[in-house]
Amino acid sequence: MTSLINNILTFLYMLIGVGFLIAAIESFRDKTNSTRYGTGLFWTLFAVIFALGQWLPNALVGAFLLVIGLLSLLKQVKVGHIKEINVKTAESAALRLKGWIFLPSIILAVTAILVAQFTPFGGQVGIGAAAILSLIVAVVLTKSSGKAVFDDTQRMVRSVGSAGVLPQLLATLGVVFTASGVGNVTAHAISSVFPVGNHMLGVVLYCVAMAVFTIIMGNAFAAFAVITAGIGIPFVVAQGGSAVVVAALGMTSGYCGTLMTPMAANFNTLPVALMEMKDPLGVIKQQAPIAIPMLIIQILLMYVLAF
Amino acid sequence: MEYIRLIGVLVIILGFAFKLDTVAVVLISALATALASGIDFTKFLAILGQGFLDNRMVSLFFLTLPMIGVIERNGLKASAVNLIHRLQNLTPGRIFDIYLLIRELACVFGITLQGQVQFIRPLINPMAQAAASVEAKLTPKDVDRIKARSAATENFGNFFAQNLFVASGGVLLMASTMKSLGYKVDPTGIVLYSIPVAVITLVLVFVYNRLFDRQFTKKGRVDHD
Repeated sequence: MTSLINNILTFLYMLIGVGFLIAAIESFRDKTNSTRYGTGLFWTLFAVIFALGQWLPNALVGAFLLVIGLLSLLKQVKVGHIKEINVKTAESAALRLKGWIFLPSIILAVTAILVAQFTPFGGQVGIGAAAILSLIVAVVLTKSSGKAVFDDTQRMVRSVGSAGVLPQLLATLGVVFTASGVGNVTAHAISSVFPVGNHMLGVVLYCVAMAVFTIIMGNAFAAFAVITAGIGIPFVVAQGGSAVVVAALGMTSGYCGTLMTPMAANFNTLPVALMEMKDPLGVIKQQAPIAIPMLIIQILLMYVLAF
Repeated sequence: MEYIRLIGVLVIILGFAFKLDTVAVVLISALATALASGIDFTKFLAILGQGFLDNRMVSLFFLTLPMIGVIERNGLKASAVNLIHRLQNLTPGRIFDIYLLIRELACVFGITLQGQVQFIRPLINPMAQAAASVEAKLTPKDVDRIKARSAATENFGNFFAQNLFVASGGVLLMASTMKSLGYKVDPTGIVLYSIPVAVITLVLVFVYNRLFDRQFTKKGRVDHD
């Protein structure tokens, strides 16, 4: 069973590789993009890692990642020109399909949960199966051609862009931190100030650190990789706290930080510009009265649910 | 001096705080940490490569993009706009309530539309302003506050409900990071433990919106006197 699941997962990763390859091809062909070769190479390397990574030496994959980082650092990766959706076609399709347009999304979420809960295949295969099934339903429902699906894929992958691979890179950073003993060092440093073993203190420390580091960095995903290794594991999980509760509530504690920081520009500063608001911190001021109580509630929830 | 190993943490904090290129910042942080901990360069490449391959599950959400692309091309946004347009004769707070509910439900089904651009500015903000002006004459400060609250409503829904979707980047990142740290965590379990937060957000924001409405009804009474 495990080897079957692994084979299915390898197949799913190869499919993602195909998606990246499509983005690479269209990036190379985008003549309006001054950095089309860099952008094309960026997606090609990801395509190779996902489609063939299984059979490549780890060090080579690591080297590919450094090349990707270099391309990104030298500003050689840009979204480029993406043809926008035709509003007229979209509106007439909306009239024709009515509420049915939401069906593929519902099938996606329901199938993923059902496969995860009621089959031995598990959550990850569930996501893959649900994605494929919902795509088939969407194609039949909208009578889309293969060419149209190709176009939709390249549009979506390219517009998600490098932000889309960031979560996996951050998870990888967690691996490097663990291999380098970063968690032990932080745990050691903090335990010289705060005692290890007090459940409530550990939970408060972890949740507040998630929020504060997110306020500083503007990104809860980045805070999660660092703070969970350094504080969440030694101070809460290693003390008998449930890992799944700690993860779920730890991340949303970080989001409380996101709601209170101008560093999260996409969420808190972009609307100021979009709606020509006078107060640059206006959005944050409306969010803080919810974010602060939510942080306290989550600390209590974690304390109750994790132990 | 074992604290030198924390150099990568410093790189991450400064890199994100100063808005440097995120992909590069993460990789530089990894490299700096490994070198500072006495791991040689070839070994680092192998750890990095293997770590990335082991965490491929985080990127499984890319598989859902073609379907989202297909339904977007076929009027997903227009259908959602039609749905929201039915909200007539409501107070601003009620409009925010219903938008939050719709936003959380959309999260459950993995629909992530760029809310601020697609819904808040063109739709929710003007609707809320129109609703509030029925109650009272709006000062520029009121208008600013309505705009801010419209944007805040989108953010509440997005952040406190996005972990309800099993294939979201955040859920997969959590499961995968926990696995790397030696604790097996199922994505479905994360979704389960994210439900309380989503529900509490709804309740809390509903109360918050009643207070928001009250400032206009009170003001309205003063205006009419």
